[in-house]
Formats: sequence, C-alpha cells, structure tokens
Amino acid sequence: MDFNGFDRPAFPQRAGALHAGSRSVKVMVAGGFGTGKTTMVGSVSDIVPLTTEETLTQATVGVDDLVGVADKKSTTVSLDFGRISLNEQLVLYLFGTPGQERFWFLWNGLFKGALGAVVLVDTRRLQSSFRAIEEMERLNVPFVIALNMFPDARSYPAEEVREALAIDPHTPILTCDARDRASSRDVLIALIRHIKERSAAALEPR
Amino acid sequence: MTGRKPGPVPSGLERYYILTDGRSAPTVEATGLDVATLIVARSAPEPGSRPEHEAILRNCRDPLSVAELGAYLELPFNVLSVLVADLLNAGGVEARDPIAGTRDGAPDLALLEEVLSGLQRL
Repeated sequence: MDFNGFDRPAFPQRAGALHAGSRSVKVMVAGGFGTGKTTMVGSVSDIVPLTTEETLTQATVGVDDLVGVADKKSTTVSLDFGRISLNEQLVLYLFGTPGQERFWFLWNGLFKGALGAVVLVDTRRLQSSFRAIEEMERLNVPFVIALNMFPDARSYPAEEVREALAIDPHTPILTCDARDRASSRDVLIALIRHIKERSAAALEPR
Repeated sequence: MTGRKPGPVPSGLERYYILTDGRSAPTVEATGLDVATLIVARSAPEPGSRPEHEAILRNCRDPLSVAELGAYLELPFNVLSVLVADLLNAGGVEARDPIAGTRDGAPDLALLEEVLSGLQRL
C-alpha cells in the first residue's frame, strides 16, 4: 500500500490507534434526560468521550433542490460515545442515546446491530426512563436496568422499581455509580451475562 | 440554479448540500453504514481529490469508526455517510460493520465470551 504524501498529522488529541485487523461491537446506554448516560460512557471509556451528530431535516429523502433550504427546519441530535479496547482485535463502542426518545426513530438503525443496552434510571425520577424501557422492549434489544445512585437518592429496593416501571421479571436490575469506572464496567458485565443467559434460554428445546 | 439565495459563506444545511453535491442519506439503511462501522483506508488520496475525501483517508490509515470520524471532522452522520460511500464505491476504503450478537439467527456465544473476558480485564 502506498501511503506517500499520507503523513500529514491527523488530530493532535487522537486516541490510540486501533490494530489493523480490528473489529467492533456496540452497546447502547439509554435512559431519560439527566440519568447519567454521558457520565457512564465517560467513566468506562478508554478515550476522552466524543460527540457525533446527525442533522435531521423534515425531508426524509434526498434534498433535490436548494430552493427553500434556508427555511427547512433542522434538528441536531447528538450521540456521546466512548470506546473500550477489549483485546487487540476487538473494540467496544458505547453510545449514549439522545435524551429525547422521540428522536430515536428518526435515527434509523441506531440500535440495529447493538449487542444490547443499559437503561439508566434515576430513582428520584423513575418515570423519566419509562419511554426508554418501552423502546427497548419494542425494538427487542436485550437490556439491563441500572439504578444510578445519585448522592441524595434514597436506596430503592429493586423489586419496587420493577413494579413501578412494569419491568419483565427476567430483566436484571442492579445499582451502580455511573461516575465510577469499576461500577460502570460491572453493569456492562451484567449486560453481557444477561444476553448470554437470554440466548441460552431461547435455545432450549420447548 | 434558480431561487438560490446569495450568501457569502455557505453554512449549515447549505454547506452540507455543497459537500455532498446535494445528496443526503438520512437513514443508516441508505448507505448500510453504522456509527460503529470501522473504516480503513486502502490507498492514499488521489492528487486533486476533494479535501473531505482526503481527510477521511488520512484519518483512516488505522481503523476508525464512523462516529469518531464524524467527531474529528465535525460532520454530521448523514453527510459523512455520503462521503464515505463515495470512497467505498471507488475502492478507497474498506468498511467493517460492527459484529452483531447473533450469527445466522443464533446467538454468537463465542463473541459474547470474548466481550466478557475483555470487560473482566478492565
């Protein structure tokens, strides 16, 4: 491969380069506004968390003409994300979903190909994550519920939360501190274990 | 072109329109690219290639996700998708989609195990 003339520096704060043969997996972090999604992505990421955007216009197919472009309403939906190198060849991308769930359906395929999702819940505002849970069920994305323990939140028995949010009995509910790397990692471990168990159950002969 | 409002520096939607020659890919399905798709350059930029294509190639000497490219180049996903698709069609880059948790409809247990051991080492 000829990379002559290819050596202009890229970006000064670039994260460590991935191995040439790398592949990726993705996990979503969902939940209501202010539940700690960006905090969790940042605490467990190997890189400084980044933001990527999608500009949504009212037109859903190609923009054919410039006429009226200036008047077209556009909305920017941001995704905060981080990255974890799992081994030399495998990297996990962790995406914090936009707080406004109504935008998810506009960003088609956002959850497609994801291993699963973490739904963060603030026990002081249980209902703020209700839409996120509904969406996960509708999209059939495997998920765990992580109760983010904000300092002034009273501890909440998991079963009370399960009842309040009508969560399936098989969906794990755990507590975490989204600011803590080990705690966030443990949530991801619980998610992957849940996906494995869910898979095993699905494979069992009826 | 009629009806175009004169403006000194294109910005916002107009700038993106120019970058993509008026094409847009508002959905992931339109290009098949995912935010977690890794892009790898297969060649150096051709002399005279457009700066955005050159920037993508320069940044993807090592694999880089579409999301990271978008963040570094400050381009929204739908605009970047069009530019990456150009390079894909021309053979300038290779795209590796994220590995899903299932393979042929069955859960990919080997992959899940690999992810688990990676997380446990953190």
